[in-house]
Amino acid sequence: MPDDTKRPSEQRDDVVVPLKRSRSPDGGVEAPDAVVVGGGAIGLACAWRAARRGVRVRVLERDHPGAGASHVAAGMLAPVSEASWGEEALMRLALASAGAWPGFAAELAEDSQLEVGYEPCGALHVALDRDESEELRRRFELMGSLDLGVEWLRPRACRDLEPGLVPACAAGVHAPGEAAVDPGLLLPALTAAVERCGGQVLVEAEVTDILTDDGRLTGVITGDGREHRAEHVVLASGAWSGASPWLPPLARPPVRPVKGQILTLRGNPDQPVCRRIVASERVYLVPRPDGRLIVGATVEERGFDIQVTAGGVLELLREAYRALPDVSELELVETVAGLRPGTPDNAPLVGPGALDGLVLATGHYRNGILLTPISAEAVAALLAQDPLPPEAEVAHPGRFAGESAPGLVAAPTIEDARE
Amino acid sequence: MPSKVDSEASAAERVDPGISRGDVDGFQLGGRIWGSRLIVGTGGFRSLEAMERALVASGAEIVTVALRRVDPLARGSALEVIDGLGLFALPNTAGCYTARDAVRTAQLAREAFETDWIKLEVIGDDRTLFPDAVELLDAAQQLIDEGFTVLPYTNDDPILARRLQDAGCAAVMPLGSPIGSGMGIRNPYNIQIIVESASVPVVLDAGIGTPSDAALAMELGCNGVLLSSSVARAKDPERMARAMRQAVEAGYAARRAGRIPRKLHAEGSTPDQGLPDLG
Repeated sequence: MPDDTKRPSEQRDDVVVPLKRSRSPDGGVEAPDAVVVGGGAIGLACAWRAARRGVRVRVLERDHPGAGASHVAAGMLAPVSEASWGEEALMRLALASAGAWPGFAAELAEDSQLEVGYEPCGALHVALDRDESEELRRRFELMGSLDLGVEWLRPRACRDLEPGLVPACAAGVHAPGEAAVDPGLLLPALTAAVERCGGQVLVEAEVTDILTDDGRLTGVITGDGREHRAEHVVLASGAWSGASPWLPPLARPPVRPVKGQILTLRGNPDQPVCRRIVASERVYLVPRPDGRLIVGATVEERGFDIQVTAGGVLELLREAYRALPDVSELELVETVAGLRPGTPDNAPLVGPGALDGLVLATGHYRNGILLTPISAEAVAALLAQDPLPPEAEVAHPGRFAGESAPGLVAAPTIEDARE
Repeated sequence: MPSKVDSEASAAERVDPGISRGDVDGFQLGGRIWGSRLIVGTGGFRSLEAMERALVASGAEIVTVALRRVDPLARGSALEVIDGLGLFALPNTAGCYTARDAVRTAQLAREAFETDWIKLEVIGDDRTLFPDAVELLDAAQQLIDEGFTVLPYTNDDPILARRLQDAGCAAVMPLGSPIGSGMGIRNPYNIQIIVESASVPVVLDAGIGTPSDAALAMELGCNGVLLSSSVARAKDPERMARAMRQAVEAGYAARRAGRIPRKLHAEGSTPDQGLPDLG
């Protein structure tokens, strides 16, 4: 790291001046300190937070920012719905990140001068029949033991909160602290923030090879033949992380694609079918202020397939209708499928990779948007050689090191990805 | 029908119809002998790691995989974990509602999994997931004609079980209660009748909630137990898998040991001869 690196506090006044650093002849900054491979929410946020710490960053995005899972994500910031036994450490990471979101969003709005789309709308987790009620009760006990700030509601109280709920609703758990963010606004804001803080975002820049020096990763080469030398390479290519043909096989992280289909409905913003996130056992509905309602999401182990299927759409619509019958009146405006980066234990991989100079910021599975602030903070700290947040320990990639667990070594190849 | 170990089994056969199907020393299913009588489904686990640990703890050698939910060509998924553990991945036809659908799915599974074994499920509706008896028998007959080793998930109906057996199924797998319900064995008498009249292995499939259910299945004379949700959705799947393994072993041992009859009145277990006469 250069000695003249400015700390965020000193940097506040000049972050709004774009690209103030010295330029190389091709118009970019001089050799960056870090190259981030992948311009989704995670990659861009890592770059932005690192840039705020004075790290010179360059994001290499093979398509356009957010082209992967980010643009499919519903943007639920709802750690309660992910509460699960045996995953308490992951839960603490999610809660820490959820707690960081308001500040993250405010700083992002300031640095990007754009709307971020953060909505602290709260969430209602509902059970639609007796069986679901038993399951929700069991999960509520877990939530209680994790101190999640939730409240058990009888059916009438659920419908007082959300009058559109089906009368058959059997019970609910109110989580007023949960929120949502619109990735359609978040991604442009992150891109702008990276650039306004002095970083670069290169689009249609697909990494094809690596540069090494004595076993250390010293940069990458993109499809146009250009070399990007840097002290660190941050792998943030989501579901494709495990299928990075340019990385030596042993350095590829144990990440697999997990398909999700999601729908966008649209109605009158003055008469929304719900005002907060409504989540049942099988579906979640996320309202946006402009009248859209996001309905997600299937979970399918289908490799790199991203077909939208009739069965997937049917299931989502049926379950949405079961919870909020008024959805039948809404316009169906979009159906889309994306790929979540899944890991063997559902926790992300954030920290040093299996190659000197490689940093992982991937494997966020269903929680990429939720875990964006804490992941970005951890990566930025690593790049700036500052201490990592303690909650990030659960995400340390070293937990899979040397393990020849099935499914971990033989990561999918790019041939699978292109099928 | 098993044949290799029939001679060894003949003695037991005369004594106890519950162990009459040639499985005194091992669990004979589909012409192979297995060390474990517990078959575990792979759906519903929270993570691949949780699944892997539970499968190891269960001691299962056969695990079922839904073709509709898993792309066998997609790497880095459940199948790789199963292969890595050296387990037999038994494809099932979960999600099929007609014989036609089930037969086609089984044919795809044969190609993809390179096995002619199929766990046959033909479901009547998605609320109860009860088998559709008519479609099930039809599908079983077609698949047997095509040379499949058919393991049908069936109702706890002794007549249907016999028809499936007569059609040539390699086992019959009656439910204890609806899939995923955890309600245990709701009609143990029917299971007992199925066991008594079966000449192929009987595997209790679906409804197991807790290890005592699995032990009861074995005590009733079932040759094996197939379960999934009770392990996958337990708070600690690995520990529950171990408990299920022990329950299946305990129930099987108890069946062979022979339980005492139920009696209305007490019968002291302490001998009363040789006691000092203090009168």
